[in-house]
Amino acid sequence: MQTQVPFWRAALLSLALLALLLGGWEFAARSGGAVGGTAIDPEYAALVGAAAAQGGQTPMPMPSEIGARLWQLLRDPFYVRGTNDQGIGIQIAYSLGRVGIGFALAALVAIPLGFLIGMSPLLAAALNPFIQVLRPVSPLAWMPLALYTIKDSSISAVFVIFICSVWPMLLNTAFGVAGVRREWLNVARTLEAGRLKTALRVILPAAAPTILTGMRISIGIAWLVIVAAEMLVGGTGIGYWVWNQWNNLSLADIVIAILLIGVVGLLLDRLLGWVAGAVAWQE
Amino acid sequence: MRHAYVSVEGIARRYPGATVFEDLWFGVNRGEFVCVVGHSGCGKTTVLNILAGLEAPSAGEVIVDGQAIEGPSLDRAVIFQGHALMPWMTAEQNVGFALSCRHRGWPRARLREAARAALVRVGLEQAAEKKPSQLSGGMKQRVGIARALAIEPKMLLMDEPFSALDALTRGVLQDEVARLVAEADQTAFMITHDVDEAILLADRILLMTNGPEARLAEIVVNTLPRPRQRATLHRMPGYHALRDHILEFLITRSRTLAGAPPAGWDPRRVPELRPADAPAALAAP
Repeated sequence: MQTQVPFWRAALLSLALLALLLGGWEFAARSGGAVGGTAIDPEYAALVGAAAAQGGQTPMPMPSEIGARLWQLLRDPFYVRGTNDQGIGIQIAYSLGRVGIGFALAALVAIPLGFLIGMSPLLAAALNPFIQVLRPVSPLAWMPLALYTIKDSSISAVFVIFICSVWPMLLNTAFGVAGVRREWLNVARTLEAGRLKTALRVILPAAAPTILTGMRISIGIAWLVIVAAEMLVGGTGIGYWVWNQWNNLSLADIVIAILLIGVVGLLLDRLLGWVAGAVAWQE
Repeated sequence: MRHAYVSVEGIARRYPGATVFEDLWFGVNRGEFVCVVGHSGCGKTTVLNILAGLEAPSAGEVIVDGQAIEGPSLDRAVIFQGHALMPWMTAEQNVGFALSCRHRGWPRARLREAARAALVRVGLEQAAEKKPSQLSGGMKQRVGIARALAIEPKMLLMDEPFSALDALTRGVLQDEVARLVAEADQTAFMITHDVDEAILLADRILLMTNGPEARLAEIVVNTLPRPRQRATLHRMPGYHALRDHILEFLITRSRTLAGAPPAGWDPRRVPELRPADAPAALAAP
């Protein structure tokens, strides 16, 4: 075991590392920008624009520029100026909405099905081959099929989230349910608790920590996948926004998007971690 | 045995290639406390599980109150070896869960009240809001006892309920169980390794030979008068004769009697002995 370090020391070191990173970045970007002063044919520059003529390279944005842009974006995150120009808050809300719906549907399917698999060795053995083959498939591989059958890009993205969230929840629920102590089940049997009562008051709470672990893995994967899915389907969402900014060559926006995706993912994980703490039990 | 409350009729437990026990017959009368003593592997726990309805015998049946056991019943409460409390429920919720199974229509407040009362009976009112992880081993087992007694079973089944406890706690709980069972005139069936525990609590002690093919070799009638106290038990006349008899069985005869029964053995008429009645001078070597 490591010895406990005071919180402020770790925080101080974190801040120092951040300052070092941003400072180094800023310095490198500034000096890099100053170097690009090769002789340019003025006619060519007039033709393609000064920036492109300097080597076709958009300079890497400096942290100070990114900070200014972040402030600009966060000051009005929910504006709507046409379909292709909406605030970053709206984009994240779209993504969260898709993840939320897909994840909720996956939970609705995976938890009851996991219950059945966990309780029935026959069903577990029968479904195992399907699960083992489908589970390692990248959820994005389902996208063409989803687009073809559903014919709606937004619902297809939800479907992809559903597919990628379903496996960890299904497997963990089955594992947790199968692992419920025999003695607790025997207690329920000797008390003549019905099937439903046993499921809700004994098996579910006993397996809840394991189920929550599955949900936590699922939401993490879902949040990873939504960015890629939205890059494919387009229209709205933080993934689309990233792609759009790439097409606009606004690298500052992409860095901001990475930052915000990370923060939202952290919050989602913390949310489920909090729920997991609430249902945890100790022997 | 004709009018016994519980009548065990020729039950057996066989696995492919092995017979744990076979042709077991005995009865438990209403209000009687019966203990089973025997070495590990003689199928004691299986007998208890069959009585509880958690397992089905390979042959034979158990008649309770004139009806063959089909499965578990609220009328036969089990106190498990490991307390078997649900760790996500408080002590009160554990007892309340059992009560909610017995009294399906009861409102929450009434369940709480009854659960509290059951915990008061085992001296745990101050621990009602605690989770099992916050309780000591003895307190957990007390909650288990409260849970079993709260549903007012017709019969109490105990599978080495105190074996996981330290000697001091065990003694206190033995006295407590003796008191609670006497108060409720509870019919009880208990498995134990502890000879003194059997002598303290039981009216009759079933002695089983070693497995495989274990059988019920003797029934020892405990004629020591009640109430018995742990502190004074060893000074009761006849105690030593009784204890020696059971110990001798466990040390030697459980082994020598194992295997094929002697000629003319009738599993329905197992010899009943009253070693505590014998004059002390004769019993002592």
